Amino acid sequence: MTQQVPVQVTVNGTRHDVVVEPRLLLSDFLRQDLGLTGTHVGCEHGVCGACTILLDGEAVRSCLMFAAQADGHAVTTVEGLASPGGLHPLQSAFHEAHALQCGFCTPGILMTLVPFLRDHPAPDEREIREALAGNLCRCTGYQNIVVAVRQAAADARAHSESESARA
Amino acid sequence: MPERYVGARVRRSEDERLLTGRALFVDDVQLDGQLHAAFVRSEHAHGRLRDVDVSAARRRPGVISVITAADLGDYWRPGPLLVPPPPIPGLIFHTCTQVPLVRDKVRHVGEPIAMIVAQSRYVAEDALADVVVDIEPLPAVVDLEAAMAAGAARVHEHLASNLAAHVVQRTGDYDAARAAAHRVIRRRFRYDRGLSAAIENRCVVAQWDARAEELTIWDTTQAPIPIRNGLAARLGLLESQVRVIAPFVGGGFGPKIMMHYPEEVLIPWIAMQLGRPVKWTEDRQENFFATTQERGQVHDAELAVAQDGRILGIRDVFLHDTGAYDPYGLTVPINSQCTLLGPYDVPAYDTEFTAVFTNKPIVTPVRGAGRQHGVFVMERLLDLAARELGLDRLEIRRRNYLSRDRFPYDHHILFQDSAPLVYDSGDYAPALEEAAKLIGYHHFLHEEQPRARAAGRHVGLGIVSYIEGTGIGPYEGARVTVEPSGQVRVATGVGTQGQGHFTAFAQIVADVLAVRIEHVHVVTGDTREFNWGTGTFASRGAVVAGTACHAAATAVRTKVFDLASRLLETPPEGLELVGGAVRVVGSDRSIDLGALAAQANPLRGAVRPGTEPGLEATAYYGPDRGSTASGVHAMIVEVDPETAMVTIQKYVVVHDCGRLINPMLVEGQIHGGVAHGIGNAFYEQLMWDDNGQLQNASLMDYLLPTATEVPPIVIGHRETPSPLSPIGLKGVGEAGCIPTGAAFAQAVEDALADFHVEITEIPLSPDRLFQLLQRTPPQRRNQVIVEGSYVFRLPRAVVWDALQDPAVLVRALPGGMALEQQGEASYHGAMRVGIGPVTAAEFTVRVTLLDREPPQRFAMVVDGHSGLGFTRGTAQVSLEEDAAGTVMRYRAELQVGGRIAGVGQRVLDTAAKLMTRQGLELVHRELAGRRTGEASA
Ligand code: FES
Ligand code: FES
Repeated sequence: MTQQVPVQVTVNGTRHDVVVEPRLLLSDFLRQDLGLTGTHVGCEHGVCGACTILLDGEAVRSCLMFAAQADGHAVTTVEGLASPGGLHPLQSAFHEAHALQCGFCTPGILMTLVPFLRDHPAPDEREIREALAGNLCRCTGYQNIVVAVRQAAADARAHSESESARA
Repeated sequence: MPERYVGARVRRSEDERLLTGRALFVDDVQLDGQLHAAFVRSEHAHGRLRDVDVSAARRRPGVISVITAADLGDYWRPGPLLVPPPPIPGLIFHTCTQVPLVRDKVRHVGEPIAMIVAQSRYVAEDALADVVVDIEPLPAVVDLEAAMAAGAARVHEHLASNLAAHVVQRTGDYDAARAAAHRVIRRRFRYDRGLSAAIENRCVVAQWDARAEELTIWDTTQAPIPIRNGLAARLGLLESQVRVIAPFVGGGFGPKIMMHYPEEVLIPWIAMQLGRPVKWTEDRQENFFATTQERGQVHDAELAVAQDGRILGIRDVFLHDTGAYDPYGLTVPINSQCTLLGPYDVPAYDTEFTAVFTNKPIVTPVRGAGRQHGVFVMERLLDLAARELGLDRLEIRRRNYLSRDRFPYDHHILFQDSAPLVYDSGDYAPALEEAAKLIGYHHFLHEEQPRARAAGRHVGLGIVSYIEGTGIGPYEGARVTVEPSGQVRVATGVGTQGQGHFTAFAQIVADVLAVRIEHVHVVTGDTREFNWGTGTFASRGAVVAGTACHAAATAVRTKVFDLASRLLETPPEGLELVGGAVRVVGSDRSIDLGALAAQANPLRGAVRPGTEPGLEATAYYGPDRGSTASGVHAMIVEVDPETAMVTIQKYVVVHDCGRLINPMLVEGQIHGGVAHGIGNAFYEQLMWDDNGQLQNASLMDYLLPTATEVPPIVIGHRETPSPLSPIGLKGVGEAGCIPTGAAFAQAVEDALADFHVEITEIPLSPDRLFQLLQRTPPQRRNQVIVEGSYVFRLPRAVVWDALQDPAVLVRALPGGMALEQQGEASYHGAMRVGIGPVTAAEFTVRVTLLDREPPQRFAMVVDGHSGLGFTRGTAQVSLEEDAAGTVMRYRAELQVGGRIAGVGQRVLDTAAKLMTRQGLELVHRELAGRRTGEASA
């Protein structure tokens, strides 16, 4: 039997204590071992961005990491984005703006954009396009994704203003 | 609820599943006891397979089975010919289709040689290295022309050469057209394409249920029903024993309709042999070899054109690379052949192609499917003709469009679906005008470009037309059912790969039955739900299946009215459908559709003779021939000649795909298509070496456009309904990428006018463009500055007005011959200039007045070209009043290039000063003359 390593990882708020082969990719671990198939794999060499997840809140490519490297970290996948109350505002903006077609690239793009919008609450078109440049989408031509991001950012700003007005 | 869903921007019902990660893609399928397959593939492009030793792989722990061609027995059979060639007289076609595993000879890198099935994908891939393959290499057939040379190695040795097909189609008398032509323009064009590059790679999962005797296959296919039928036949099963599911598919773009890929044949077979589910997921590198692609053509084309720019005839002879096998028949080259004609009236067309086998992966349609190649040739020929004849690019197109009253228009040649190439409808000129307006054609030509050029920048515009044959047969079907809950279910056979079919079909059905769209549930891509149909290809899904949905829903509506008429004791004419119920017009007596559905399926009593239970209907739609969508693309680019980088500054698409079901979906298709087209034009190219090895088989080396390369796209919709479809639909799936290469070439060429670069090939790349620029270094150029002042003994207002008058302005130009007003402050004309030893030549010139502040100052941009070179620049002119009259001060910075620049700086400086002075004196004399004339009159 091949060597196994213990891993403790929190995924979408649930802690998992597992033993895995050292060479098991994080993407395969999420998809196969945990059944979280929303994280997609398009290239397995770090170019397409479809496999992007959050590791301690930052976007990383799960095809470029071993599951073992996630030991002690918190992972968020696209399945962890919506709340029981409904879609994440970015997900809603994607729906409204028709920012997805086949939807294969979409989970990775959402996960790339969540920390981006946190760090850039008022991005301009250039910044949005640069933030997207590490994710490939063959269907949309990116245009409606840019629209969705701008909309999500504007909604978030309006929301936080009304929050602070109420406070 | 909008009054009608068709035509509205209805958001997609499939989005939520996709956005939350709940949507099922094939690779998400995980079954108990599932095994994983991997393939040993050829590393040689061409060679004789001497031996495959799999013994070590079989011994590896975790490996369940290793299969070579020999293990397949009778199951080893070449694949089907998917699209038999059309019945064109004299046509030659050699069918050579792909095999499941190589038995004797490898014909392209990546061709599968053995299949390994193991406990996990990791183990299966480990075992690949255990297999020892002995191949005796043969010379690889790579280059198209070399492939046809005598003595070339043969991809298929039972054939006399690498010729896969030869097709000639003729209409009109080209030789006569040529003899009558004012000019004949002849060039060699190359157009290469690349990958579909769906972000989801291919994947197949198969499960044999021995108790139910049922085989279930999940497949990333665009054509689940043909896959099922073909596999059932191969495996000796009833079609009803095989269920193929194409769940969410992560992009198709053509190659996912190929059948059968070797993996599609082998995975179900091995799953049955082993009695366990087996999955194979393609990796990205395999996708470069194992998935079909589109590639190059070389065209020798000539255009016979009349003096006024009218096309008299075209002759085109081309080679088409079909790769190692040709299962898809002649779809791609015939598309090229037919689409070349575009929206134009071509009285004589003489077209001939040779499809060539090469040691490269199989060529089948990729979004656009050969249409790009044809559009490129035609549009480039028109551009060249416009230049030679001194015609505007828009004008030459306008003069050749088929006018609106000429439809249906028969080209008298055959299209890929074997039907005559007949355009159903179209209205081309207004689309051109709209695109010209949206891109700002005149403003660009008369203001932006001269200004940018004067500042030493290289900007250019491209604007081209195209048509797209869409929505071809044979047929699709749909079943519409009203359930007792009042919910409506729609099942069709086409698969969906992100086009939004779920939503589009629901819109159509919701309108016919007057129900809320949320109550319409569409299933596609599962042969258990609907098992007649062909698939999503050739931009036909929405057109053909959409029309079938409409027909089925209409049949259900008839049943609804029949039944309701009995129950409400009102003739059907007195009934209407509103808000999910049938109502007696003008009353409040109504029955919900759900209640009606329950009544239509009674548990006791009798269903009336001649009627069927339930509110359900199945209908089919089979168009005799396709409908022709059309459009115009325009773009503005800037090129940096130092780095050969091209930036697209603006992109416009005006598109006519008949009646729009959902403009939002159509725009999405166009955005994606344009991005694909931009990739094809400048970034994506498969680079093969002489041994048939692909040099850039990774997404790090094969560049897909990202968000920073694709510009925002402005779209104009026009709707010329198709008379063929009862709801006027035409297809749209491929239009975005068809004319992009042609528009790009024209724009880049325009931007690099100084370099006299002629672009006859796509894709370009920064590298390739750089080479072209090296070949034609920019013309020698000199900068001339003319500065001075001049006193007019006339009031300022008079001088100002005079300078806006082309008849006066022309005098100010050195050697000015004529000037005509074009726009508000732009003029077009000719001047005759010679300097020193350079004999005088005629320049065409554009003059634009900018930044006008009457009556004090303006800027004048001049842009002149001739065979001798060019001169362009900006002059700043101010007028001041003074005692003597009006003082004009001017400063002009001119660039002079080409032969006239060869006279040297000193001569140029002196000549420029002198000519300016002379020009102004002429103006003054003219004005003074006019005033005396006025005074005496
Ligand atoms: S799958 Fe990880 S970047 Fe493509
Ligand atoms: S939506 Fe299909 S790849 Fe992005």
